[in-house]
Amino acid sequence: MPDPLLRLQNLSKRFETPNGFLKKPRSMLAVRDVSLSIARGEVVGVVGESGCGKSTLARLALCLLEPSGGSVSFDGADLTGLRARELRRMRQRMTMVFQDPYSSLDPRYRIADAVAEPFAVQGLPVPAGRIAELLSKVGLPASMADSYPHQLSGGQRQRVGIARALALNPDFVVLDEPTASLDVSIQAQIIALIQGLQADLGLTYLFISHDLGLVRYFCTRIVVMYLGAVVEELPDPQAAPRHPYTATLLASTFAPDPAERKQLSELTDEVPSAFDLPKGCAFAGRCPKVTERCRVTVPQLSDGEHPVACFYPL
Amino acid sequence: MKVGTFDTRSGAIARALATPKGVIAGGWLFLVVFVAIFAPYLTPYDYDIQNLPNAFAPPSAAHWLGTDEFGRDLLTRIMYGARTSLSVSSVAIGISVFCGMCLGAAAGFFGGWFDRAVTVAVDLTWSFPEILVALILVAIMGPGVTGTMIAIGVAYLAQFTRLTRAQIMAIKSETFVEASRSLGAGHGYILFRHLLPNALTPVIVAAMLATGDAIILEATLGFFGLGAQPPTPSWGALMSSGTAQLFKAPWIIILPGVAVAVTVFAINLFGDALVRALDVRAGLREA
Amino acid sequence: MLLRVENLSVQIGSITPLEGVNFDLDKGEILGLVGESGSGKSLTALALAGLLPLIGGRIPTGRLLFDGADMVPMSRSQLRALRGRKIAFVTQNPMTALDPVQRIGDQVDFVSRTHLGLGRKAARARTVELLTQLRIPQADTICNAYPHQLSGGMKQRIVIAMALSGDPELIIADEPTTALDVTVQAQIIQILTTLVRERGLALVLITHDMGVVAQACDKVVVLYAGRLAEQRQVNALFGRPAHPYSAALIGCIPREGMAPGSLVGIPGAVPSVASYPTGCRFHPRCTNAGAGCSDIVPELRSLDAGGAVACHYPLPGIENA
Repeated sequence: MPDPLLRLQNLSKRFETPNGFLKKPRSMLAVRDVSLSIARGEVVGVVGESGCGKSTLARLALCLLEPSGGSVSFDGADLTGLRARELRRMRQRMTMVFQDPYSSLDPRYRIADAVAEPFAVQGLPVPAGRIAELLSKVGLPASMADSYPHQLSGGQRQRVGIARALALNPDFVVLDEPTASLDVSIQAQIIALIQGLQADLGLTYLFISHDLGLVRYFCTRIVVMYLGAVVEELPDPQAAPRHPYTATLLASTFAPDPAERKQLSELTDEVPSAFDLPKGCAFAGRCPKVTERCRVTVPQLSDGEHPVACFYPL
Repeated sequence: MKVGTFDTRSGAIARALATPKGVIAGGWLFLVVFVAIFAPYLTPYDYDIQNLPNAFAPPSAAHWLGTDEFGRDLLTRIMYGARTSLSVSSVAIGISVFCGMCLGAAAGFFGGWFDRAVTVAVDLTWSFPEILVALILVAIMGPGVTGTMIAIGVAYLAQFTRLTRAQIMAIKSETFVEASRSLGAGHGYILFRHLLPNALTPVIVAAMLATGDAIILEATLGFFGLGAQPPTPSWGALMSSGTAQLFKAPWIIILPGVAVAVTVFAINLFGDALVRALDVRAGLREA
Repeated sequence: MLLRVENLSVQIGSITPLEGVNFDLDKGEILGLVGESGSGKSLTALALAGLLPLIGGRIPTGRLLFDGADMVPMSRSQLRALRGRKIAFVTQNPMTALDPVQRIGDQVDFVSRTHLGLGRKAARARTVELLTQLRIPQADTICNAYPHQLSGGMKQRIVIAMALSGDPELIIADEPTTALDVTVQAQIIQILTTLVRERGLALVLITHDMGVVAQACDKVVVLYAGRLAEQRQVNALFGRPAHPYSAALIGCIPREGMAPGSLVGIPGAVPSVASYPTGCRFHPRCTNAGAGCSDIVPELRSLDAGGAVACHYPLPGIENA
């Protein structure tokens, strides 16, 4: 990749529980040594189950959380070394759409104020007609500008969140499960909208999701995470999985067609706690192909076209 | 549902006044405030000129509520007393709301050692009754209007610090705050444009209700002779002067007491109506 | 027929959020009840479980025949005797379905002690056996745990164990996997389907996910805005949906090899009870709507190929199929 727009290098994030009364503080690695480069115009999906660190990774990529190790660079500039003022200016070019459309809008802001917030925060004047233009871009009537969030449906609020993220013409948008709290029919609407905007505006996306089916439909490249680490990078969305976890995830994603019923494998063991990771491969306890080696040594992500972190890839 | 005309706070007072409770309570409070402001124009008597031969006159056409032990018109003294009671209690609550919001917002927003120090201080004050805190402070500063204001203000400081801190902590974890940060907002923007405006509603209601308590506390301090000093009348001092002639002239103690009770009741009633009016969903249900 | 629902309507106060629902279910079958939020599927579940009085609802018309007996005129105590014993209910959120201050074992024991009259020891033995069948490791240790010590998937298995503990004939599961991760969802679906096949139970599975329906169900009832839209065998529904809404709902789930941009969703949103459109309630969002859709309510009519649909202009290929 000649000139990536975003480059994450060996990122880690450790969270500590507060030093409680009569309680030892515990720490967990929410993100472990993740490297990822995203080229301009790419739509990269990060998929995994709850607790896999995908949302933490999204926040690290935008410097909303300080990494415990590693670096983030955007368009050649190292974000971790930037001063607050320079980072603020950089935020005009990289924004985020959040999962919960109900709490992501201030209940006291009218829709027009919410969409204009990026201008207010950056101290920029709002160009005439820009709010109406943004609203129409996300498929909302201009008359909605004076409404309050509680008057809108979940899908409409998510459209407002998207309009807010696009207000300053960013290059890069992180989408953190933007459809996870919506009905399926609305989810499909929002995905179609996001996809259309990407094509029209030449945006670069980092799309976080728990839904492998959705990510395979929508993304150009897929990163699979399990307990804080990348276990596989699918170079194209239809590539056959090589990691047993990805295969399990795919087998758990049901197609809307009874002819394609999945033979469900038995995954009996529980997901280990991130506070107490096993010594070897984190997936070893649930893996059908586990050997003694997997329980002792941590497999590293391989190089090449289709990287996978498994001793016995499929 | 009307689109675009509904705000959560502006017009809340109007909506509170649209309920029967709100009208009655608001009407009484308006009357008390009006009387307190325009007392000199509403009564032909002075509150401090003594007329000893006319002492302990029962209610009559000339003196609607009778006179006190120095022959002063009791209605006039109660009207001037409203001035003292209302100004002391509202200034006192103003002090505690302002200081409490500053302390609570800073503690809740920044956390760390400052938050721990504030929390310990608040918990310590919280474990004493307000009256005790106020009594100690008045004893230190000496009796008088200014001392009473500061004493009551400090006595209620813990309540508003704790309330604001809890509000800020809760709102801080809302996604819209993180969204604002992701757009590049600094501490000041988040605190003044998101956190404080959202934290204000419960603080306003609590301030309203605390003003009622403060009137009682001011009357109590006045009753013990620690509030406004003679000849300045206050409701508490009036009641205190009435104790000596409890059987000879019971109106001297009863009527200021009624003024305190009715006013505090009206404040609580209005606070109640305000709580309902401020509830967004309740407002929508009626619309 | 174990369960037969005839023309079921539900009334809450002055509104009628559910009307004209028909379906039947036999032992060893799984029926999917599907629709978006606000379609009335959870209300149907409450009606089947006899829990409508909880939310102040009543059934003005229709019959609910369970094993031949109509549940509608039954008293609360008759319903209570049926529920837990013959009919079990699995709720959406396993986090709130369990009492946080009671040990797991005691909560599961309670069901068989109440409904089967088992003694303390027999009840515990039965609980351990059930938990083991649901592939819960170290079942006797888990019995002494409190709910907060278990993961979401484990808690949902405990809730299913509670449902099975009274030895029911019918299980009603209201979005049992919505709050869970996909791999855990797959496990729970696997457990439920195995139970139905092996024990000859009947299962009403309420879900908004057409993927889950295709994976697990034998029959499907599609609800929209409180009315039945279509009722079919699962293969027929996915092969040739008759109602445009069913087709649109299936089209909302991305599938293997779908071309980019082909996922469009359904325009608009589900109307609220207060603003149901006249005629067919789906007509404002329907791509197939024609004359009459906006003012004439479509009758439910049987299809030659089996099942029934309520639509003036069903999708082609159905009439002569």
